[in-house]
Amino acid sequence: MTAPAVDGVADVPVVSLRGVRKNFGDLQVLDGIDLDVHAGEAAFVIGPSGSGKSTMLRCVNSLETYQGGQIWVGDYLVGAERKGDRWVEAAPKVTAARRADIGMVFQRFNLFPMMTALDNVVSGMRMVGGVRKQAAERRGMELLDRVGLSARAGFYPSQLSGGQQQRVAIARAIAANPRLVLFDEPTSALDPELVGEVLDVMRDLTREGMTMMVVTHEIAFALEVADSVYFIDHGVVVESGPPSQVIRDPQHARTREFLTRVRNDPHEEP
Amino acid sequence: MPTMTEPSAVSAIRSRLAADSDIQLHKRWSPRILTGAAAAVVVLVVGILAYTVIAGGTLHWDVVLQYFFSGEVIKGVGVTLLLTGVSLVGSAILGSVLATMRVSHNVVLKVIASAYVWFFRGTPVLVQVVFWFNLALFLPRIAGWDTNQLITPMTAALLALLLNVSAFMCEVIRGGLLSVDPGQVEAALSIGMTPRQSLLRIVMPQAIRVILPAAGNLAIDLLKATSLVYVIGTRELLGTVQSISSQTFYVIEMLIVASLWYLLLVSVASFLQARLEAHFGRGAGRQALSRRERLRRRAIAHTEEKVI
Ligand SMILES: Nc1ncnc2c1ncn2[C@@H]1O[C@H](COP(=O)(O)OP(=O)(O)O)[C@@H](O)[C@H]1O
Ligand SMILES: [Mg+2]
Repeated sequence: MTAPAVDGVADVPVVSLRGVRKNFGDLQVLDGIDLDVHAGEAAFVIGPSGSGKSTMLRCVNSLETYQGGQIWVGDYLVGAERKGDRWVEAAPKVTAARRADIGMVFQRFNLFPMMTALDNVVSGMRMVGGVRKQAAERRGMELLDRVGLSARAGFYPSQLSGGQQQRVAIARAIAANPRLVLFDEPTSALDPELVGEVLDVMRDLTREGMTMMVVTHEIAFALEVADSVYFIDHGVVVESGPPSQVIRDPQHARTREFLTRVRNDPHEEP
Repeated sequence: MPTMTEPSAVSAIRSRLAADSDIQLHKRWSPRILTGAAAAVVVLVVGILAYTVIAGGTLHWDVVLQYFFSGEVIKGVGVTLLLTGVSLVGSAILGSVLATMRVSHNVVLKVIASAYVWFFRGTPVLVQVVFWFNLALFLPRIAGWDTNQLITPMTAALLALLLNVSAFMCEVIRGGLLSVDPGQVEAALSIGMTPRQSLLRIVMPQAIRVILPAAGNLAIDLLKATSLVYVIGTRELLGTVQSISSQTFYVIEMLIVASLWYLLLVSVASFLQARLEAHFGRGAGRQALSRRERLRRRAIAHTEEKVI
């Protein structure tokens, strides 16, 4: 990996992917992805199942390694550290600290089942950030209030509906004021009637200027709140641009075909 | 066209249901009579057996009672508990290390741990006990020490039990680790935990729920398996009663003394196991909450729904 000079540039994108390649054995999952997300931008990623959307998100916060190209988050190269004039693999501690500054919301919520909603929200602040219990819980209650769940603070995940769990998960993801939040199909595991409450919370976040990368099949929602839309197929960005263009007036046949398919069945199994 | 009216019997029942919803159900006696008869037979058989043993046998219950609380036997119980305790704690540590090796990505570590489990789980524990006791036969000195001095009946027993149980404990712990949804690790990493933190603070507390019942059973098996080491002359519970019976010839009485002690210890262990499992069951489901708390929450949920 060679690195461009980034110091002193005023408008450094929060996330920048350049020719990112990733394979699982013989399977080329990402085949040269280029993508930029600027501060305050909500970048939506759409595409068929298996096209590499989750893998791309997971590469951004090092849940997967990538084999080619570069992923920059702010001023650091994901997975690497500068040692003198060489790049070396990032130490686990460095990677952990970088992840703490990126929130992630999963398709299957992944709340910690042995913790209450409040403890889930404050888990990062308490166990990683070293925030005192009282201060963390005060902020935790604020966050739960923001996602409309302050009355459920003492509930365990098993006692919450899917939509409520995902709202708690969002509160947990934004608890440390991350510079970026990744959403991997946050509503795909939800019953249709619970999708709206999660989208409401996400809409609020875009209004507050949160920088987000969102993988979703909710095309109408993307059209409404996205700043940019990337259509990915077979590990490459086929088409990107503002939602009015990519969703309303797609240039590529593959994009058109995908959009028709998803519109007919928005809850297509991933 | 067939008519759409219901068969008369059904409509008659429906109208009766509507008229009177309190219906008197009459009991069916035939299944009750059968199970009742079966129970009577079992009670009879057990009763006859018990009578034969207690009244007909020449057992000296006073001897049982006398030795049950004798200092010698109590000391044997102590040794049994010591063997169990040390082996258990040791196997928890060694088993954790082995389990971590088995789930690691390093092939060498994986193979070594798997070979360990394969060997120690695949050979009878009695063979292992006798083997360690006779270690000096092929290894006269260990790091400059005389093997015969190191390997006493006690250390040989401890070594054999600890190494053997560790293989089983490894598998129990590994099963627990694998039972935790990988999404939990991802969530832990995503909030900035190091892999070590996520293992200790997120994975382990969840794995423990799967590990505890199995480890509890292992502990109970171990408690009883300690009796095997009497063959090398370790004076634990069975070794103690055996030596008493060889002097007094109260063979069956002494076996009863030992059995009663094992039953008592296992009962206590089962009780502790249940308490531990309850403690670590937090958040596992609705039963984890007290009734009062459940009611409070239902009230909250109720008012919340009204607001929305
Ligand atoms: N850990 C893995 N090992 C092997 N193949 C994987 C792994 N994770 C994902 N894949 C494969 O990579 C491809 C892309 O997966 P993914 O990024 O999850 O797609 P998407 O999120 O767009 O549905 C799929 O074919 C999937 O089977
Ligand atoms: Mg996916």
